[in-house]
Amino acid sequence: MSEPSLAIRKFSDLANPTRFLALVAIVWPWLAGLTLCLFAVGLYLAFTTVGDYQQGETVRIMYVHVPAAWLAMMCYTVMALSALGTLVWRHPLADVSAKAAAPIGACFTLVALITGSLWGKPMWGTWWVWDARLTSVFVLFLMYLGMIALNRAMDDPTRAAKVSAVLILVGFVNIPIIKFSVEWWNTLHQPASVIRLDGPTISAEFLRPLLVMAIAFTLLFFTLHILAMRNEILRRRIAVLRRHAARAAGREGDAA
Amino acid sequence: MSHAFYVTASYIAAFSVSIGLILWVWLDHRGRHRELERLEAAGVRRRSARTEDAR
Repeated sequence: MSEPSLAIRKFSDLANPTRFLALVAIVWPWLAGLTLCLFAVGLYLAFTTVGDYQQGETVRIMYVHVPAAWLAMMCYTVMALSALGTLVWRHPLADVSAKAAAPIGACFTLVALITGSLWGKPMWGTWWVWDARLTSVFVLFLMYLGMIALNRAMDDPTRAAKVSAVLILVGFVNIPIIKFSVEWWNTLHQPASVIRLDGPTISAEFLRPLLVMAIAFTLLFFTLHILAMRNEILRRRIAVLRRHAARAAGREGDAA
Repeated sequence: MSHAFYVTASYIAAFSVSIGLILWVWLDHRGRHRELERLEAAGVRRRSARTEDAR
């Protein structure tokens, strides 16, 4: 009999968790190394560029706040795509991906909220206002916590996968609300200055470190995400093995 | 408080949360890996592993 091949030739080959684990083992050190290099460059740029004429030194908060806020939304989008993968294609790794992404998304949303608050105090004169942008990001944070709680509360992973996939897709309505809240409503939070139809409106001096930090944060997310997915696959294998062991022990008990 | 305080606090917050995430992923992996090894040592193996042994 021929050995089953672990080579990945097409996207659907990743449906096999063993193949996925083999790919993660090869990819993650490269991703982690690249992330570290980009953070080194990003942090160097973040602290060597000049301060803003209005914001002064606090402009440097933007280099962690904006990438964290971007990741908060991107992570939820990854979860929504995974939810589609669970409900439409029944991809075996889609639910693993959504479950692994939730705690990472919650952490980046928390960073966005904390750093935003630390920028708001010296610039707006307040730590927090219930304006549309801040409130909708806070709701996103609560949604992440809800997803984590839901996944932990249900014992049957197949049922939990379907219920959380539906909830993730319903909750996706919040993402365009966050993005366009600064245009639809009168908010204290400033409107978009990087991702705009007419191009970025901020100076290249600030845009360079911001983009490098955004790519570094994005790579950090993907590194952590594939590693968290690997942990989740191992967790499920352990659960299956324990079930088999319990069943085997039960059969032996009956035979005796 | 000076601007430097807010900037430093922001970077410390971002760094701490990122390190916390990395530690969580690393410790989780170490725990699961050891658990799998314990199960295999106790003779509980995956069906595919058992088939490979039988060859």
